[in-house]
Amino acid sequence: MLFRTRRLAAASVAVTAATALVAGCTSGSASTSGASGDTLTLWTHNAGNSVELDVVKKIIKDFNGSQDKYKVKLQAFPQSDYNNSVVAAASARKLPCLLDVDGPNVANWAWGGYLDPIDVAGSEVPVLSQLASTVGRYNDKLYAFGFYDVSLAYFARKSVLNANGVRVPTMDKPWTKDEFNAALAKLKKSGKFEYPLEMGTGGTGEWWSYGYSPQLQSFGGDLIDRGDYKTASGTLDGENAVEWATWFHSLVAKGYMAKKSGADPNKDFLAGKSAIQWDGSWNAAKNAEKLGDDLAIIPPVDFGDGPKIGGASWQWGMSSTCSNKAGAQAWLKFSRQTKYFVDYAKATSTIPATEAAAQQIADYQPGGKFDVLVDFARKYAMVRPATPAYPYISTEFEKASKDILAGADPKDALGRAAKSIDNNLKTNNYYSD
Amino acid sequence: MLAAPERLRPVRRTRTTNARRRESFTAFGMATPAVVLLIVFLVVPVALAFTLAFTDARLVSPTPARFVGLRNFTLLFQDPTFYKSLRNTAYFAAVVVPLQAGLALVLALLVNAKVRGVNFFRTVYFLPVVTSMVVVSLLWTFLYREDGLVNHVLSALTFGHVQGPDWLGDPATAMPAIILMSVWQGVGFHMIIWLAGLQTIPAELYEAADLDGATRRHRFLHVTWPGLRATRTFVLVTITIAALSLFTQIRVMTQGGPLDSTTTVVYQAVHSGYDQQQTAYAAAVSLIFFVLVLSVSLVQRFLTREKD
Repeated sequence: MLFRTRRLAAASVAVTAATALVAGCTSGSASTSGASGDTLTLWTHNAGNSVELDVVKKIIKDFNGSQDKYKVKLQAFPQSDYNNSVVAAASARKLPCLLDVDGPNVANWAWGGYLDPIDVAGSEVPVLSQLASTVGRYNDKLYAFGFYDVSLAYFARKSVLNANGVRVPTMDKPWTKDEFNAALAKLKKSGKFEYPLEMGTGGTGEWWSYGYSPQLQSFGGDLIDRGDYKTASGTLDGENAVEWATWFHSLVAKGYMAKKSGADPNKDFLAGKSAIQWDGSWNAAKNAEKLGDDLAIIPPVDFGDGPKIGGASWQWGMSSTCSNKAGAQAWLKFSRQTKYFVDYAKATSTIPATEAAAQQIADYQPGGKFDVLVDFARKYAMVRPATPAYPYISTEFEKASKDILAGADPKDALGRAAKSIDNNLKTNNYYSD
Repeated sequence: MLAAPERLRPVRRTRTTNARRRESFTAFGMATPAVVLLIVFLVVPVALAFTLAFTDARLVSPTPARFVGLRNFTLLFQDPTFYKSLRNTAYFAAVVVPLQAGLALVLALLVNAKVRGVNFFRTVYFLPVVTSMVVVSLLWTFLYREDGLVNHVLSALTFGHVQGPDWLGDPATAMPAIILMSVWQGVGFHMIIWLAGLQTIPAELYEAADLDGATRRHRFLHVTWPGLRATRTFVLVTITIAALSLFTQIRVMTQGGPLDSTTTVVYQAVHSGYDQQQTAYAAAVSLIFFVLVLSVSLVQRFLTREKD
């Protein structure tokens, strides 16, 4: 009997300990939020992207070495998981002090209370000298800034276009809708390409809004009424938008474009499987390396409302729960040096956000190989709607576009998306909290 | 004379009561960890979801959730995608349950033979089960491409007469394609369960059947099938629950599929709750799902109850 009691006592102790452990884990430690004393944590989406990650590491190393007070610690996440990790950390109130944020999400995270406005006055590079699309503002306050921007463009082989009697357009005279359709018809007829146009329809996520909403905007439509950001009906499902949707579907119906492209559209283009690829400027250097002088960087098609591309890429900000905001601001100010703008642009093969930086990179200087991309970014960029509703708008547009390619009635598909967005805006009180 | 029984009983009662009390105390102590975990990870989240469904909670939100009554449910019942996901989930369950259970039983009967090398087949049939569903989905996405292996095999088998469609891109074939893949992945698990059930049937019954001159069909109908009653219930319930919670394949392969032909209730909940940040709406979807699964399980329990 004594033995049984002892066993029972031991079991009860174990149970109590386990329960205490579970309870302890759930309550968590609310003390550190992104910084322990003067050591700040920094999150970035660049895990696996060694070129960009190396630049981040370099800036951190230089900052840590330049002064004795603050130390910044890096934590890198894979891009596909990054947004989810930040949202999860915010729910647990464990955001890092410094983090980078994708341009269109700045409004959503600022409204959600993840980010605090930053003050980088007195840094080497004034904010006003940057491309407007690389600065993340919400409610007229500065929340984030980026070091580079990307452009969209059509890439093609000059030899292929010439062989098929297709004009190579310039910024002064871009392709019109009819010219573009005719060009695709000619390329398809040549028989050399199963799908002459490659637009990355095999991707998922933000590419759909980033890559295809500029074309929607070129038709005269848009994702939401940018007057007051309160309705999508009439804009997303208006006449111009339906025209875009009909054209978009016709690409698949006529066999110009695959309904679902391969896993690596750029690789397919470089291997000669497609004639024209709609891609981001991040692949410009790779294309130039492989195709040399045969590469044509073609401006977007003017579908009626002028050629349009997207804008805004990854930007850096500070979390609102940072326990050492002075340190975070110090790092942000320190990172705003022209040499780092140059480093980022060189490493990631993107457009530097300032003129001063562009002048130090041969390819992006006037007359350089890629200076036309800088012109695209300056003339054609239209940022995705800077509203906290953007994540919802983006997912609805992605679904509508996929349905349109799969054969849904364009007006129905867009109408459903617009109605859904309107409902969301209404139920969330137009995100004005 | 009357005093004797009374004297004996009190002694026995105290000993029994003490022992029984200690036993029940021990039992309670042993059950507590599991009960605590169940409460923390099952009861509490379900209760939270119940309350969340009546608020306007969002994943990213500067303000705390407010009570909004039945608004989420009104929006839900006006959403055509929700009905499509209900229809797809029901379609999937209605096909997969008999198909997978039946196929698993056939395989179990085959590998129940006492032949050399039967363990090899048992392992091979079970291999897809231990492979992660995400990996399986990724592989089968490639297999199902219009220029993929499935169509090549189809073309080879029919000497080029039949050209396979774009399985995952055509609304008519997307769900059947996913059904086929899911059955392939899960059949091994239920085969093992049927096998365990088959092996509990006493061999004497089969001998007696042989002596009585029973054919294979008679053996199956009158010895095997009745002997599998308990296994049958278990397999039915587990397959139904797994089928109703279809999510991973959809998320990886079709993301709701061409024109909503593969969206399911769980996928809608995750998509609206996590991708679109509408947590309260997703909680409402989960609540409906919970009620559905509960009613289906109760119906199944009723149909498979012990009738004596």
